[in-house]
Amino acid sequence: MALNKMFGAIRGRAPSQKLARISSQMQSPSSLRSFCAAAKEMTVRDALNSAIDEEMSADSKVYLMGEEVGEYQGAYKISKGLLQKFGPDRVLDTPITEAGFTGIGVGSAFYGLKPIVEFMTFNFAMQAIDHIINSAAKTNYMSAGQISVPIVFRGPNGAAAGVAAQHSQCFAAWYGSCPGLKVLSPYSAEDARGLLKAAIRDPDPVVFLENEILYGEAFPVSAEVLDPSFVLPIGKAKIEREGTDVTVTAFSKMVGYALKAAEILEKEGINVEVINLRSIRPLDRATINQSVRKTNRLVTVEEGWPQHGIGAEICTSVVEESFDYLDAPVERITGADVPMPYAANLERMAVPQIEDIVRAVKRACSRSARGK
Amino acid sequence: MVLGRSFEDMCAQMYYRGKMFGFVHLYNGQEAVSTGFVKCLKPEDYVCSTYRDHVHALSKGVPARAVMSELFGKATGICRGQGGSMHMFSKEHGLLGGFAFIGEGIPVATGAAFKTKYEREVLKNDKADAVTVAFFGDGTCNNGQFFECLNMAALWKLPIIFVVENNLWAIGMSHYRATSVPEIWKKGPAFGMPGIHVDGMDVLKVREVALEAVARARRGDGPTLVECETYRFRGHSLADPDELRKPAEKAHYAARDPIIALKKYLLESGLVDETDLRSIDKKIDEIVEDAVEFADASPLPPRSQLLENVFADPKGFGIGPDGKYRCEDPAFTAGTAQV
Repeated sequence: MALNKMFGAIRGRAPSQKLARISSQMQSPSSLRSFCAAAKEMTVRDALNSAIDEEMSADSKVYLMGEEVGEYQGAYKISKGLLQKFGPDRVLDTPITEAGFTGIGVGSAFYGLKPIVEFMTFNFAMQAIDHIINSAAKTNYMSAGQISVPIVFRGPNGAAAGVAAQHSQCFAAWYGSCPGLKVLSPYSAEDARGLLKAAIRDPDPVVFLENEILYGEAFPVSAEVLDPSFVLPIGKAKIEREGTDVTVTAFSKMVGYALKAAEILEKEGINVEVINLRSIRPLDRATINQSVRKTNRLVTVEEGWPQHGIGAEICTSVVEESFDYLDAPVERITGADVPMPYAANLERMAVPQIEDIVRAVKRACSRSARGK
Repeated sequence: MVLGRSFEDMCAQMYYRGKMFGFVHLYNGQEAVSTGFVKCLKPEDYVCSTYRDHVHALSKGVPARAVMSELFGKATGICRGQGGSMHMFSKEHGLLGGFAFIGEGIPVATGAAFKTKYEREVLKNDKADAVTVAFFGDGTCNNGQFFECLNMAALWKLPIIFVVENNLWAIGMSHYRATSVPEIWKKGPAFGMPGIHVDGMDVLKVREVALEAVARARRGDGPTLVECETYRFRGHSLADPDELRKPAEKAHYAARDPIIALKKYLLESGLVDETDLRSIDKKIDEIVEDAVEFADASPLPPRSQLLENVFADPKGFGIGPDGKYRCEDPAFTAGTAQV
C-alpha cells in the first residue's frame, strides 16, 4: 500500500479521479526501478508458469489442455512441473486435434469449468478458429446471456526466428476485430503474470497472445507482482516510458524495440512516450488519445501485416477523437506485406527493427506546420 | 412426436406468411429419433444439436411458446431473439445449442461429457452422472471434427452418445456420392466404441437402443455411436426446392412415417383408442396455436438489447474517453451510447 502512495506522488498527472485510481494500481514508471533495490528478476516463462500454477491451486475448476503440456512439460516449457503437481486429470495431453480439443474445452466451459487451452502456436489455432469465434466468442450473445464461456486460449503468436511462413503469422488483428472476445498481449513478466491471472478469472473467452522470443527474457518484478492475488485490469494500457514529443504504441516484443528506439532518440533530443497496449481488445483508446493530445504525434508499431492491422485501428481512433491535436500524419510501422520468408536476411527485412522505429519517429517529428 | 410435427408444419406456414425469416430447417419425418433418445434422458442431461434443432428443443422440455417466439425474433424467445432458428440455447433445459456449422456441436457436446467426468474425478462429486447426446447428420460424418471426437471420447471414456440422423441427403448431395464407406455405424468400432444401426422411423426401436446407450454412458463404460436410418419429408430448409430426391424414395419413406406407425401400433395393441388419439391431436393443436398467438403478441427486442450479452463481464467494452468503463455510461443500456 505504501508503494501505491509513492506511485501517486511521483506521477500526479491523471485528469479524472477514476482514471487515477485505475492507473495507480498498476502503472510503474521506469524511475520506480531505482526504488526497488531488492527487486527480483523473473522470466516471462516463469511468470506464465507461476500464474497458471497459482490459479489452478486456487480454483479446482481450472484445468490446462493442449499438445505436449503434460509429460513433455510444455512445448516451450511454460507448463513445466504442472503435471507433477496437479496430475493428469487437470493437465491434459491431447492428441493433435485442434478443432476437436478446442471444441471440447469450449463445451466444458459452457457449464462452468475453466479451461486453459494451449496452442503450440496460434498458427495451429487456425484449425480451431471456428470454435474460438463461433462457439466461444458468440455464445453469450446468441444465448442471450444464459451461457457464458470462461475459457482462455493461449500460446505464442507472431514471428519467432527462422520458422518461415506457416509458423510466423501475427493474429492480433484477426482476433481483435471479433466482438465477444477479449484479446491480451503481454510484454514483460509483470504483464504476463497479471494479465494471465485476470484472463483465467474472467468470465468471457480470452485470447492470450504470447511471444516465443520473450519467453526467456527476464524482467524485474516487485513483491506486489509476486503476490498470488496480483491481477492487472483488462482493457488498460501501460505507459512504459513517459515523454513529451511523440507517442509510440506497441505490444508484445515490439514494446522492447520501442523502448530501445526511445533511448537512441533521447540522445538526439527527441523525447518519446512509449505505450504498451497490453490489451488489444478492448483497446485502451482513452490512454492512447490522452497521450496524443499531449505529444501531438503518433507512431504505431506492430509485427503483423499492414492492411487492417492494429495500427490502422489506432490511427482511426485518434483521427476520430483527437484530430485537432495531431501536428503530423500518423506513422504506421508494420511487418512487410508478405508471408514470412525463411532466409535470415529477408526475415530481418520482413519485421520491424529498431532502426525502422527510429526513422519513423524522426519522420513524424520533421513533418509539421510548426517545425518542431 | 406429434408436437414436433405440428410445430414444424406451423413453422412452414409462418415462414411463408413472412413471420419467420432467414434459414429455417424443419425436422418433419425424423421425430422418432429425437423423441426416442431425448425422452430417455434426465433433466440434468445435455443435448447438443445442429441447425435442425426446433424439435430437439421441444423434446428436451423447452416450451413451445419460447421456441416460436425465438423463431419470430421476439424478446420472449428462448434466447430473447438473439439466436434464431439455428441457435437455440437453454441453460435450464440442458440444451447446448443450435450450431450452424456442421460438426461444430460434436466437440462442444464432447466437452459437456468431459465436464461430467471432470466433476466425478477431480471435483469428487459422486452424483455427477449427466450424459450428453450429440445429434448430427450423415454429411457431418465425413468431417474431421467428428473423427477427432470419436477418438477422444473413446480414449477418455466420456459419457456421450453420438447419434447420427442419417437422412441420406445433405442439401442435394446424396450420402452415397459423398462417402467412401456409407455404413456410418462401422466407424464406431474403428475408434473403440460400439456402433449400432437402428431403424430411425420406428420410435420404439430407437428407444430400446437409446436406453441401452444411455445406461452404458451413465455406468461409465464410455461412448456409443448410433446410426439412425431416417428421412426428412421436406427439403433441407424452407428455401430448398428439393428437386434432386426421387419421388419413389420419398413415397417409400412417407409410408414409414413414424407417427402413423406408432398410432397404428397403439390402436392395434389396444393400448389406446381413436378418441384418445384425437384428443392428443387436439391438445397439440391448441399448444401450437397458443404458441403462435403468444409469439405474435410478444414485443420485439428493445434497442438496448443490441449491446447486451456480448460479454458476461461488460467491462469488455473497454474504457471511454471520460476514463470510466463504457458499460457504466447510463446511455449504454438505452442503446444510444457510442461504442
